[in-house]
Amino acid sequence: MQELRTLIGKEITLEWRQRYALNGMLLYIVSTVFVCYLSFKLKANQLTPITWNTLFWIIILFTAVNAISKSFTQERAGRLLYYYTIASPQGIILSKIIYNSGLMLVLSLTGFGFYAFVMGNPVGDLWMYLVTIFLSSIGFASSLTMVAGIASKAENNGALMAILSFPVIIPMLLMVMKLAKNALDGLDRGSSSEEVMILLALDAIVVSLSLILFPYLWRS
Amino acid sequence: MKDNQNDTAQNKNIPRWGLGGWWKIVAVLLLTYTLYFGLMGTVPRRAILNESIRNVYFHVPMWFAMIAMLTTSLVYAIKYLRTNDLQYDLKSVEFTNVAILLGILGCATGSLWASVTWGDPWPSDPKLNSVAISMLMYFAYLILRGSFDDEQRRARISAVYNILAYAVFIPLIFILPRLTDSLHPGNGGNPAFSELDMDNQMRRIFYPAVIGWGLLGTWMATVRVRVRMLEEQAD
Repeated sequence: MQELRTLIGKEITLEWRQRYALNGMLLYIVSTVFVCYLSFKLKANQLTPITWNTLFWIIILFTAVNAISKSFTQERAGRLLYYYTIASPQGIILSKIIYNSGLMLVLSLTGFGFYAFVMGNPVGDLWMYLVTIFLSSIGFASSLTMVAGIASKAENNGALMAILSFPVIIPMLLMVMKLAKNALDGLDRGSSSEEVMILLALDAIVVSLSLILFPYLWRS
Repeated sequence: MKDNQNDTAQNKNIPRWGLGGWWKIVAVLLLTYTLYFGLMGTVPRRAILNESIRNVYFHVPMWFAMIAMLTTSLVYAIKYLRTNDLQYDLKSVEFTNVAILLGILGCATGSLWASVTWGDPWPSDPKLNSVAISMLMYFAYLILRGSFDDEQRRARISAVYNILAYAVFIPLIFILPRLTDSLHPGNGGNPAFSELDMDNQMRRIFYPAVIGWGLLGTWMATVRVRVRMLEEQAD
């Protein structure tokens, strides 16, 4: 527990020292939203809620892949080796997952705020939509952190990260989009419980797999 | 000494299922039986499906065999991680290759069937899309393997990805399509084949077909593993 807290603290300090990376991610999502806004500007009133929702989640997907792919590459190999001598692999992957969940939460909330600001906000049930964003942050972070770990071991990991992560994240993305659609239409919250359960189950699968598999990954 | 090692490596490679190669003969017999009776036997008359119901003997067993091959590949990936024996890695990747081949055949037979019965070779159906995603995932697995030079490293990391991919594959194939509307039987409230369309006559061909395709896939994988091992010895 203590180890986990220290490691998360380390991640935050590291991020804070390299603020340009965080600012870069924020700028990335803001400018992507702005590009979408400019592209749709003339037809903004024709944008159906489904398109609105899909566009938002695609932006989040790309942001997530970009933000999380750096979680193993921003530190030098030598320093990673040092962590591995003083911390357990489970602690490292768990701290990275928790930290990335937080990072994704910040990014997607900022993204959502700006997106709703420029593209209009047709959301019917705002709290449910925010819950969806929260769940998606955890889900994306947990599945992408492991994939980032895999991709970081290979050369040319930028392209590989996209190839490896898109198929893995699609089931989660589909569930999130469905949940977000329910929230968008302001459906009764009870009707979304099934999606929430499935999302949580997918999260549980991915996190437990990461805990089991990461010790094998770090040894190389 | 070196030859000795090679010998044991080769011997371990042949699955020890009792009498050496009898199961290969069984595979040939079962598939011949399936081909003949699948095309010539009587089938129940159903609206829309008509004669295309015979595709049940080909399309469905291919998917079953693909899932079996991927499961075998997963087992070998886990075995590799436990032992660090490169042999298991080789088996794991060859079973995946066969699974991908069976998957492509399954897609082809499926889209043939779909164009006859659903009027579209690739209707927007969750099960089809799930399968397309899983195929992408396993193609990504092959690309991931290609990006390493070091054998042990490649084996370990692709084994990790293989396990991760399987964990995504199962919900994609078995859980998500059942939640939404699907054209496939057994999904989205549609009855499965066993309840409506299959009679005992068909079962007599369907089950042998499943076993036959499974055995053929295993056979192909073992041959490929052998070729790869011989290539490595030759190097």
